[in-house]
Amino acid sequence: MTTSNGSVLITGASLADGTRTDLYVSDGVLADPASAPAGVERIDADGLLALPGLVDLHTHLRQPGREDAETVASGTAAAARGGYTCVHAMANTDPVTDTAEAAEYVQALGERDGHCQVRVVGAVTKGLGGTELAELGLMAASSAGVRVFSDDGRCVDDSLMMRRALTYVKSFDGVVAQHSQDTRLAGPGACCHESEWSGRLGLPGWPSQAESVIVARDVQLAELTGSRLHVCHVSTAESVDVVRWAKARGIQVTAEATPHHLLLDTPLVSGYDTTFKVNPPLRTSEHLEAVRAALADGTIDIVGTDHAPHARQDKDHPFDVALPGMIGLEQALAVVMEVMVNSGRMDWPTLVERMATAPARIGRVAGQGRPLAVGEPANIVLVDPSARAVVDGAASASRARNNPYHGRDLPDPVVATIWNGRVTYRR
Amino acid sequence: MRHLLSAADLDLASAQSILDVAEEMQQVQSRPVKKLPALRGRTVVNIFFEDSTRTRTSFEIAGKWLSADTINVSAKGSSVSKGESLRDTMLTLDAMGVDAFVIRHPSSGAAQQVAGWVKAQVINAGDGQHEHPTQALLDAYSMRHHFRSIGSDGFAGKKIAIVGDLLHSRVVRSNVLLQRTLGGEVVLVAPPTLLPTGVETWGCPVTSDFDAAIADADIVMMLRVQRERMAGGFFPTEREYAEGYGLTEARLAAMKPGAAICHPGPMNRGVEISSAAADAANSLVLDQVAGGVAVRMSVLYHLLGSDEGAM
Repeated sequence: MTTSNGSVLITGASLADGTRTDLYVSDGVLADPASAPAGVERIDADGLLALPGLVDLHTHLRQPGREDAETVASGTAAAARGGYTCVHAMANTDPVTDTAEAAEYVQALGERDGHCQVRVVGAVTKGLGGTELAELGLMAASSAGVRVFSDDGRCVDDSLMMRRALTYVKSFDGVVAQHSQDTRLAGPGACCHESEWSGRLGLPGWPSQAESVIVARDVQLAELTGSRLHVCHVSTAESVDVVRWAKARGIQVTAEATPHHLLLDTPLVSGYDTTFKVNPPLRTSEHLEAVRAALADGTIDIVGTDHAPHARQDKDHPFDVALPGMIGLEQALAVVMEVMVNSGRMDWPTLVERMATAPARIGRVAGQGRPLAVGEPANIVLVDPSARAVVDGAASASRARNNPYHGRDLPDPVVATIWNGRVTYRR
Repeated sequence: MRHLLSAADLDLASAQSILDVAEEMQQVQSRPVKKLPALRGRTVVNIFFEDSTRTRTSFEIAGKWLSADTINVSAKGSSVSKGESLRDTMLTLDAMGVDAFVIRHPSSGAAQQVAGWVKAQVINAGDGQHEHPTQALLDAYSMRHHFRSIGSDGFAGKKIAIVGDLLHSRVVRSNVLLQRTLGGEVVLVAPPTLLPTGVETWGCPVTSDFDAAIADADIVMMLRVQRERMAGGFFPTEREYAEGYGLTEARLAAMKPGAAICHPGPMNRGVEISSAAADAANSLVLDQVAGGVAVRMSVLYHLLGSDEGAM
């Protein structure tokens, strides 16, 4: 996949703010285009946008443990196709990333196999069990340099455990990324947004308040501890209201929206197609509108894909039994363009903030989400703002096929991705 | 029609045709030799992923009396515990050359998923908390019998009170959809904790006042309430449930003349239905069971009786 480690001159590209410029990539950084030698490899970017490489704070790469569903190699190849130059590998692998050794193992896999930078997310609690802290400090001090901690897939539901984790990560500037789900209000069987759809379909309901009550608790714990909280996959209007309130109080909270919670709604599950089973579930249109508005106004800081590859056999079950999750790395930018930019809700500089700058800042990733200026690392995605295509799930670089956008007409923006000066994807 | 997955699959003509042919099937049941040759050579697999006595037996008898080769597969807990997916389980059986599956599954939507995977025709014999269309048909069949017996015909204007655990009931969803087609006026009665989300969009009045609803109901259909719901905090005690939502002797006495009682079974006597009501002269419970075989014969005949599977 990595086709070039040399120099390349990108000509005639537009930056997010509309400025037209040439970009000279040399030795992994951006150099003065005037210094480019004659005969250097060129990419004609006339009509294309050059944006900082995208950064995903929420990726499931499934390795180690479920290499039949995804590997670091296949997942990061999908990331490169989607315009990403950095992903954060969630901790709910088998074994769980809850020790320094486990974190360094995933870090090494990323360095060996990655088509983009792989940052390691550590578990908050041992084995995601919710009862004992994982080795947060050792993971932070390890060569993986972990800064984001999450039990994602499960909620840290014990209030005291959540308080301790928030307090503990302060000393190394960590952030706790919470999967907000009250497991009594939305138990293990809950699989459909609680609504007239869950009632008609006879599917156990997942009320939006099962998310927002945890968000409300956690922002207050963040205030109590003075620590950093990140709210994963905000899916409801009520959660948006709580985050907005917390930010107005000066609480250090950041929030994330997934592409699917921006575009896909509850009626899609009416055929019991388990591709559309995801946790939190697809919500109804009023929630989608609230999440879109919050992403536009900055109440929600970032887009995180929650790319969740699954093997076919784990989806070929009844709806309430099938594993939740859908993939999203390759279509994330397309979805955000369609829902936010093409609709006029958001401009390109804001998209860059939500998909590159802010995620890198929250994850404390140096060298990602940086402006495209001389001397900066050459992490670039070239975007064709007008191309469209019908998504073919079978053409994915991911090993998984649980692609909810299959068959949809969407923007097809990514022309090339460059990570540290190397072309990791080119159409 | 190819499959029967939802009561909403039935238009008025199809539903009436199923009920009319069921009448003929029931007459056959009074003959010394009950077997008809209609489905000779056809293979029907009753695959039940959940325990059921009456529905499975009813489908088995229905298939046999139509001369189909009927095979029962008890698959409770088999698929996931063995690590096999539902899709693989069904494709395996489908590959043996089955003409139709009658499927009962504890998960909502299972029958619809299976219909998308297999070549055989699929009849939903109950999927989770979603639907049970043949139950709604046999309920309608029993009600129609009853209405005719008191010199009345048709469902138009008839008030059908469905009472109990609506949240977890597949019977109520199918009955609401079928009566929307047949013209009966369904009234839903349940404690607020056992109402499905969005029930107000179903097009039926909803109340927690059973006494008000019973006064003008032509049919009182009691749904089974499972004891585990109590542990789930849906209601405090059986006593309190029976007081508010049980068909007690007092409520039996308050039913209007000519009104009848239905229950899909199995009954919890003393909880949702008193013994006096269960055994009352106007209880249709055993008629429902008898009609169930005839209705299922009719459904099998309509789906499988011609080469087209057409109705």
